Amino acid sequence: MNVFSWLGAAVADGPRDRAGNNEARLLPEARLSGPMPWVIAIMIALTVVAAASGLALRNAAQTASADVEGGVTVQVVSAAPAERNRQALAALATLRGAPGVVSARVVPQEELNALVEPWLGTRPGDDVEALPIPALLDVRLSGHATPDRIAALRARVARNAPAARVDAQAGWLTPVFSAIHALQWLAGGLIALLALATVAAVLLASRNALGNHRDTIEIVHMLGGTDNQIARIFQRSMAMDAAAGGIVGLLVGLIVVVLLGRQFAALGSGMTTSAGLLWSDWIVIAAIPLAGVALAVVTARVSVLRNLRRML
Amino acid sequence: MTQPDAEIVQFDNVGLRYGTGKEVLTDVSFTLFSGNFYFLTGASGAGKTSLLRLLYLAQRPSRGLIRMFGTDAITLPRDRLPGFRRRLGVVFQDFRLVPHLSAFDNVALPLRVAGMVEKDIVRPVNDMLDWVGLADRRHAQPAALSGGEQQRVAIARAVIGRPELLIADEPTGNVDADMAFKLIGLFQSLNGLGTTVVVATHDPQLIRQVPDSLIMRLDKGKLLDPTGALRYPPRRSAPVVAGGAAAGQPGPESVAP
Repeated sequence: MNVFSWLGAAVADGPRDRAGNNEARLLPEARLSGPMPWVIAIMIALTVVAAASGLALRNAAQTASADVEGGVTVQVVSAAPAERNRQALAALATLRGAPGVVSARVVPQEELNALVEPWLGTRPGDDVEALPIPALLDVRLSGHATPDRIAALRARVARNAPAARVDAQAGWLTPVFSAIHALQWLAGGLIALLALATVAAVLLASRNALGNHRDTIEIVHMLGGTDNQIARIFQRSMAMDAAAGGIVGLLVGLIVVVLLGRQFAALGSGMTTSAGLLWSDWIVIAAIPLAGVALAVVTARVSVLRNLRRML
Repeated sequence: MTQPDAEIVQFDNVGLRYGTGKEVLTDVSFTLFSGNFYFLTGASGAGKTSLLRLLYLAQRPSRGLIRMFGTDAITLPRDRLPGFRRRLGVVFQDFRLVPHLSAFDNVALPLRVAGMVEKDIVRPVNDMLDWVGLADRRHAQPAALSGGEQQRVAIARAVIGRPELLIADEPTGNVDADMAFKLIGLFQSLNGLGTTVVVATHDPQLIRQVPDSLIMRLDKGKLLDPTGALRYPPRRSAPVVAGGAAAGQPGPESVAP
């Protein structure tokens, strides 16, 4: 029997570029390099922590901003208690009649005492009320407390309560918001640097793997293998490494985020307790390993194809 | 498959130098016709392997023109090279088997590269391994095979896809006389099915085994073609045969290298 009798012209019809499991058998397990999954795991874990921090800071800033955006504080600063109370009531009456004021109230003495308690203490016998603490009015405006509106309120209140000082609550928190924005940029910068580091690691690993398999790649080329066939093998290997690293990195990152979240929640400060993560944030965090896999696969493909094009 | 007697390869004043060294091939011109059996001979260092590398598109010449399958092979875009290479079968002098693959997988490699499905691969590969006497070694990796066994795997890999042009560099250098006889018989079978065969060898016995073959002799990088049988552009009449001239043709070159 002729050994070629079963062979048609199927393999000589010209180039075909079918993907399939066969490709996986063209090269050995082309692991880009042993430590690659661990490198990616570290990158993903750090990215998860950086992203979660950035998102939590954004949430804290948004919550605080919503709380104080229409808030105005009026202080009546007078050493004489009777005069202080009179001017406070006069200011209250004026504010309640002012346009754009949603609500206005005099902060009760108990709340004032609670405000100063952390600094002055509560030793029995102390008469905190005897201290010349300014009278406080908490005012809510419809919309933002813009500088123009604050100036208008200040002028109106000054007529009946000359000792009153009118300030937007957001003004007190401006440095805090600036710091939060800076930290958010820092988190974004860290994520970008981690992505660049991942690209660099994958480039090095791809080059190394190509060098290790150069002879085999040349043979596959000589047998009619295409660059795409070879690149797909490395892509598949890279995707497996990145997926393994991504899962480990995500788990480690989530553990760190949860532990940090508990630590901050335990502080009991209003700003830190509002710095939680929304469900949409968790989706973003869960997508980080997928983005990492995509980045690694694209980088490996581009790197491998670029190197293969240097071969004949 | 190319039409019989079609001009499958044409070299026109081809020169090759590596880097800034002297030319290893100089003014090489010839035509290979489809369906013929060629032996490439010459002393060591004459340029046989360099000429074969040009033939199997592993190397571009420094100068001259090369046409393969009717297409300019020098200006061929890189993305069209795989299609051309799939029409070739190559037996490398150093076998170049993939070390991590079994004998079966090495022989199956051209079929997998060509995209054949696995169920269509098993039987032909097993038949081919059986034919070269390696049926019981199909799972062995190259490191576990002797030189002769590796050579037979390399030959099986080269012919499994039934190439249009088979190029073999010293394909029987590591096998005994009986196996060499059998392998040349395999090449002849393939040739009988229309494959053009080019075999580089030093072995005159091998050449005598194929009486209808043509001889290409290289000497210090130059192709000796005293009969003009290989010349480019070719004569349109039937090519000269080495074992006995075809009617009306110039006398053949001596078979003995």
